[in-house]
Amino acid sequence: MRQITDIVAEMRGIVKQFPGVLANDQVDFELQRGEIHALLGENGAGKSTLVNILTGLYRQDLGSIRVNGQDVNLSSPGDAISVGIGMVHQHFMLVPSQTVTENILIGLDQPRFRMNLQQYERDVSELGQRFGLKVDPRAKIWQLSVGEQQRVEILKILYRGAQILILDEPTAVLAPQEIDQLFETLRSMVEDGKSVVFISHKLHEVMEISDRITILRKGKVTAAGLQTSDISQPELAKLMVGRDVEFTVEKQAQVPGETVLEVDNVYAENDKRLPALQGISFVVQSGEILGLAGVAGNGQRELAQVLSGLRKCIDGSVKLNGKIISNTPIKNAINKGVAYIPEDRTHVGSAPNLSVTDNVIMKNYRRPPIAKGWVIDADAATSFAEGLKDSYEIIVPTVETPVRLLSGGNLQRVILAREFSGEPVLIVAVQPTRGLDVGAIEGVHRLLLSQRDAGAAILLISEELEELFALSDRIAVIFEGQLMGEMKDGDVDIIGLMMTGTPLDQIEPQGMESNV
Amino acid sequence: MSEISSTSPGRKSVIPFRIRMEKRIKEPPPWFSSLISFIAIIFSLFLGGIVIAFVGGDPFRSYAHIARASFGNIGVISDTIVKATPIILTALACSVAFRMRLWNIGAEGQFIMGAFGATAVVLIPLLPAETSPWIFIPTMMVAGMITGGLWGFIPGYLKAKLQVNEIITTLMLNYIAIAWINFFIFAVWSEGGFPITMKFPTTAWMPRLLDYADQLPVLRGLTSHLGLLIGIGAAVVVWYIIYRSRWGYEIRLIGDNQRAAEYAGINIARNTILVMILSGALAGLGGVSEVGGVVHRLQTSPVAAGYGFTGIIVAWLAKLNPFAIVLVSILFGALILAGREIQPSGITRMIQGIILVSLIASDFLMRYQIRLYRTAEEA
Repeated sequence: MRQITDIVAEMRGIVKQFPGVLANDQVDFELQRGEIHALLGENGAGKSTLVNILTGLYRQDLGSIRVNGQDVNLSSPGDAISVGIGMVHQHFMLVPSQTVTENILIGLDQPRFRMNLQQYERDVSELGQRFGLKVDPRAKIWQLSVGEQQRVEILKILYRGAQILILDEPTAVLAPQEIDQLFETLRSMVEDGKSVVFISHKLHEVMEISDRITILRKGKVTAAGLQTSDISQPELAKLMVGRDVEFTVEKQAQVPGETVLEVDNVYAENDKRLPALQGISFVVQSGEILGLAGVAGNGQRELAQVLSGLRKCIDGSVKLNGKIISNTPIKNAINKGVAYIPEDRTHVGSAPNLSVTDNVIMKNYRRPPIAKGWVIDADAATSFAEGLKDSYEIIVPTVETPVRLLSGGNLQRVILAREFSGEPVLIVAVQPTRGLDVGAIEGVHRLLLSQRDAGAAILLISEELEELFALSDRIAVIFEGQLMGEMKDGDVDIIGLMMTGTPLDQIEPQGMESNV
Repeated sequence: MSEISSTSPGRKSVIPFRIRMEKRIKEPPPWFSSLISFIAIIFSLFLGGIVIAFVGGDPFRSYAHIARASFGNIGVISDTIVKATPIILTALACSVAFRMRLWNIGAEGQFIMGAFGATAVVLIPLLPAETSPWIFIPTMMVAGMITGGLWGFIPGYLKAKLQVNEIITTLMLNYIAIAWINFFIFAVWSEGGFPITMKFPTTAWMPRLLDYADQLPVLRGLTSHLGLLIGIGAAVVVWYIIYRSRWGYEIRLIGDNQRAAEYAGINIARNTILVMILSGALAGLGGVSEVGGVVHRLQTSPVAAGYGFTGIIVAWLAKLNPFAIVLVSILFGALILAGREIQPSGITRMIQGIILVSLIASDFLMRYQIRLYRTAEEA
């Protein structure tokens, strides 16, 4: 047991009012030396507001902050770093064309004029070694993987002498192995006497890494500084959403119907023209969910794009109900009933400044009743949007609201409403619950299952094994653009082996039935 | 950075409050944008007044003079409208391209080529001088839209097929357009060795208000011409296309998020070409209106007078709204006209500049709010 009397940061009675919403309502938060303190809560619970106040980005309306026993007045991130508080944002703030060392030195007073980079490079790699943050100080940022970029962000803060590190959803962008590495780094930092605020809504990660947990709901603290060892995951979920959450979705047994999607020996390249898919073949039948597991970057994105027509395949074919849809215009796949839920809601799935109406007609504006000849029937579009707003419970003042003002869960509902309203025969869903809170995830799962029961063929691409196990009828695993195998009942160990590159037929049978 | 601070931390200040600019969390209400623009214009007139007073003028008399010079009587109002007409069309041209985030800064060249197309109909001649205006003028309009549209097609095609930056190509094509008409003015259609073409036959003139002075004496001397109606008609058409048509929906979707548009199955390359053609055709129509309604011949200086560039500014100030473009164009027409009346003429250009800077700067208030904090509160 660590010494837990030493309080390094203390926030008392924090109130922050935004127009129309009380983001923080008398929030108390306490961080001790050498602990990993998880800040847990649904989207919009006030986690980000709280840490933005702690890092000087926002100013509290009421309340006080003490760091190391001293009252502090934080009015900029510079103020925060000067008292030893640093934050790694979800979206990295790095200059892609510069090296790791250069990025770490940005904005500092040293070096003053002459860049004695070699010396600083040595400092950076020493610092990295100390905390298990392995990264080449001379590499340019664009050459690094997302996980390595995150290490640079952490190094940046450590280099500035931070004693308190705030990480905003650090695992959202990482592969499982990278998450393990990150956790080791965090542990070595707290052993060094630093303190970590870990923001997340992934319960199992919070259980694994944190020493204590503070939970926020609707701007209020529902549990302060709980010992992680004293609480269970379902209890946490209840404190977070205020009601019991079903972790296993009710799933009816379903007899798969005819083959809808036939992927035959598909090869495709990624954006850098390197091979991304290397001979992928599988089928999805009507009324079933095929889950595709794999570490991010093994060709999932490219596969989804090939299926929806956004990417050409260089060999092989994709057939929908017996007709080839690969390498045809995107419109063709849309008209044939392919729904695609892209991974990137804001940059691909929606047009942020356009209204909810304009966003939900993206796929059917060419057809009546929305289209009347070359004109769009504004009344028909509005009533279509109103209908979806009600049936998919999109919470928005009017359908004329620009979607950039919607929360992640609501935006995802807009996208699902659009994609599902066309009664799709095939649904390609990529990470449909990424970044959503527990309540919203449940809603998305229900919608996917109802589409399955309505007879759609669904390919669910996800990095969340729990989600795949809960929803899929079969699970296939992709590794470096190839399928490692496919099984009916999920066995975490076997899937784990396949995710790291061992084909199913090379895995020793362990007395269990597997389906290739 | 989601917030900026105007004061540096840790410094004691004698002023008992601090000003901070905070990012707006909530959208400001819809009328806020118009209010801010209005305040910005008042503010810039105030600033301009200070400058006028500083150089020894009387700001109130100067403004009164400017107002009289552009809106004082029906005659000058008509002249203001004549100045505004080409700007309406070039600004509309820019607005459709900007809507799709195509940075067409070649409205000037497309305007000139439109004027050339209209002139060609008269001077080749495609139609004999005694043709009825009912045929003559529509033919000139179509010809000008084709030549202007061609001047938009070239950068559009290069952008769509070869990813050539349209800012460079549209800018360069402006100079080619000027060189092109100079060749015709100096060599082919030169009127007695002067760098002007011959005057058009009156059948090729756009009807002006003064043409009806016989029936309605009030209209005597008023030079407002058909171009204004063409401009307003074009504004209505552009509004309808952008906000009501399938094509306009595609343009708005591409402009807001190109990747989402691709995902919706929209052909970006095709739309790039089509929008550039429409943009060029609208600017070309402006050129037709100017040679057919005002100059009545092709001549470099009054035709290539920078209307295409003014159109860029007007399109932005009007926030790409077609109807706002008509109003802002009239304001700019008034300032151009007043510039001829008052001395030094630089005053109106200065006011134009201050209005522009204020309006652009006022956009900041759409995204940020200003709050005062008492220093005492923070201690």
